[in-house]
Amino acid sequence: MSAVIDDHGPAQDHAHGPAKGLMRWVLTTNHKDIGTLYLWFSFCMFLLGGSFAMVIRAELFQPGLQIVAPAFFNQMTTMHGLIMVFGAVMPAFVGLANWMIPLMIGAPDMALPRMNNFSFWLLPAAFALLISTLFMAGGGPNFGWTFYAPLSTTYAPESVTYFIFAIHLMGISSIMGAINVIATILNLRAPGMTLMKMPLFVWTWLITAFLLIAVMPVLAGVVTMMLMDIHFGTSFFSAAGGGDPVLFQHVFWFFGHPEVYIMILPAFGAISAIIPTFSRKPLFGYTSMVYATASIAFLSFIVWAHHMFVVGIPLVGELFFMYATLLIAVPTGVKVFNWVSTMWQGSLTFETPMLFAVAFVILFTIGGFSGLMLAIAPADFQYHDTYFVVAHFHYVLVPGAIFGIFASTYYWLPKWTGHMYDETLGKLHFWLSFVGMNLTFFPMHFVGLAGMPRRVPDYNLQFADFNMVSSIGGFMFGTTQLLFLFIVIKCIRGGPKAPAKPWDGAEGLEWSVPSPAPYHTFTTPPEIK
Amino acid sequence: MANSTAVKRLVLRLLLMVVVMFAFGFALVPIYDVMCKAFGINGKTAGQYEGEQVVDPTRQVRVQFLSTNAIDMVWEFYPKGDQLVVNPGAVNEMVFVVSNPTDHPMTAQAVPSISPAEAAQYFHKTECFCFTQQVLQPGQSLEMPMRFIVDRDMPKDVKHLTLAYTLFDITARHPPVAANAGKDETRLAR
Ligand code: HEM
Ligand SMILES: [Cu+2]
Repeated sequence: MSAVIDDHGPAQDHAHGPAKGLMRWVLTTNHKDIGTLYLWFSFCMFLLGGSFAMVIRAELFQPGLQIVAPAFFNQMTTMHGLIMVFGAVMPAFVGLANWMIPLMIGAPDMALPRMNNFSFWLLPAAFALLISTLFMAGGGPNFGWTFYAPLSTTYAPESVTYFIFAIHLMGISSIMGAINVIATILNLRAPGMTLMKMPLFVWTWLITAFLLIAVMPVLAGVVTMMLMDIHFGTSFFSAAGGGDPVLFQHVFWFFGHPEVYIMILPAFGAISAIIPTFSRKPLFGYTSMVYATASIAFLSFIVWAHHMFVVGIPLVGELFFMYATLLIAVPTGVKVFNWVSTMWQGSLTFETPMLFAVAFVILFTIGGFSGLMLAIAPADFQYHDTYFVVAHFHYVLVPGAIFGIFASTYYWLPKWTGHMYDETLGKLHFWLSFVGMNLTFFPMHFVGLAGMPRRVPDYNLQFADFNMVSSIGGFMFGTTQLLFLFIVIKCIRGGPKAPAKPWDGAEGLEWSVPSPAPYHTFTTPPEIK
Repeated sequence: MANSTAVKRLVLRLLLMVVVMFAFGFALVPIYDVMCKAFGINGKTAGQYEGEQVVDPTRQVRVQFLSTNAIDMVWEFYPKGDQLVVNPGAVNEMVFVVSNPTDHPMTAQAVPSISPAEAAQYFHKTECFCFTQQVLQPGQSLEMPMRFIVDRDMPKDVKHLTLAYTLFDITARHPPVAANAGKDETRLAR
């Protein structure tokens, strides 16, 4: 008990509610407040990164250069990627972890509440720094979210140093967040909550946190090497001084591939809670889900060079990385089959969270299949750096990570706010997102296979129609998210009162506390049957 | 419930993991170099070759030469011929020409690369300007011989090699103090 209570801020005795005014949010050490902060921050970044995507789609609406200069276009693709990955998806999952993990394992708070506050407040600083580069002489980062050297070193804009520091801050924030999650899960579970009784969201987050601890330091290392190459005359990535730019790609993707799983595993966990609820059946194959998640995490460390099939790695290397990558489809398939089996013969209802969850299963699987196509090394020689890759990763990230976050939000919103959201508007949000997202990204498969390169502001006439469709879909998807904002605000401000357990098929400790969840929960640990 | 020493111990362990992984990121640099050398990947050629080989008159390999200037490099740089047909084991020579058209002294470094990459370890240079840096005075030009042996053990399916040099301007990093270039003390493994 003592660890948690001692760490409470001076203003908060555990019997009190939240402090008043703005300082409540600045100084808070309450897991629910911090979760809320993360979620709102993530949503702001989602809108900002999304508006950059609107610039990209507007420029690509027609062939030729119309709206922005190519140099600015490059900054848009780069910043869109960076902000969506580090600003929208990752913080959203940390926010969900903050809100839900203590409620799910019967803990009174996160294990390290003050560090929790710090890891959140690093993020606005990091992104202010990153976004400010757009206004600097020479412009912001323009080298792609993968910032390959020497584009990001020898040929980088002046502002690259700020980019590097921003990445360092984000890395520190993520690492602290991950340490907190692990410490909470391993130390604060209510008595009787054995590891194999934990909800899958907790499991997937535990594994994600270990991935973060393993690879965020490598990312910090690679940007540090860049910093040294740029300012201190080293030659890690400069061939002229005996270094090697290909080394950059190895180190980056050693981080980068696990990173893509960091962005999807927590969504797997949330979906594994939502599908059983609305199927009114327990999750099929709980144990195999845990092992599948662990195997995916393990395999993610030995497949990184599938992003580098064309750099000239030897044949055995191509074969190794090709087979290792294809192997990931096995545990991923186990998960998909388990979700489908959970729904099989269940009494399904399709409230908004379930709609997003079912779309997740179907569309994520499409992304998995295009991943398998890309994983075939000889085929990737054709697909690499085309819009096919863009289609692939948006199919795993939008209906995967983003729909996972939407589903989670609708699912737990009654618990957070004490109100039911507007179901009709929720469904409208789903259908517009579903149609918009497919309109945007499905045609990209075709233009990619036909050879349209990614990260270009202009393209050959033959791609014009498909690009116009993509842009229309993009505008539709983008605008729809304002509806989401409206739904959430409406739900916070009012709506039908939510009971403690608004979903009749739901399982788990979070539904045993009233809605909205009181400021302090589980100050005495619950009993686990 | 949780006691704070358990949390502290866990956090310390996790922090240790973070430090280890940060160091691992840097360890990837030498690991990469060793792997490239051990498996002859990435088309990196080794340093100066001291051995000798018996000529294999029954086999011929075509070696092509490419020269590229890295961006912003203004020197003229080219091989005198664009290809040679050689016998494995024999010592061959190709002369490369550089000249500095500017009005200030400059330092350059040429970086070689062989494709197909798996042939790199069978391509031995007994003399190469890429082992050193070049300093050229304004308007000076230089003929630089490059001698090499194609190994007799090179896999039979390789019939055609390309040796590509990229010339980098490193004046900023290595100001041309002396008229003659010295060996680079930094990590130049070629
Ligand atoms: C069955 C599972 C998967 C396989 C076999 C797979 C395979 C691949 C391959 C081979 C590439 C490189 C393509 C190229 O650049 O030529 C790639 C790119 C990518 N994948 Fe996947 N993938 C899978 C799942 C995922 C998931 C779950 C995510 C994220 C949630 C993801 C995110 C990405 C991203 C972001 C890129 C592009 C990176 C870039 O170049 O910007 N993939 N994938
Ligand atoms: Cu990958």
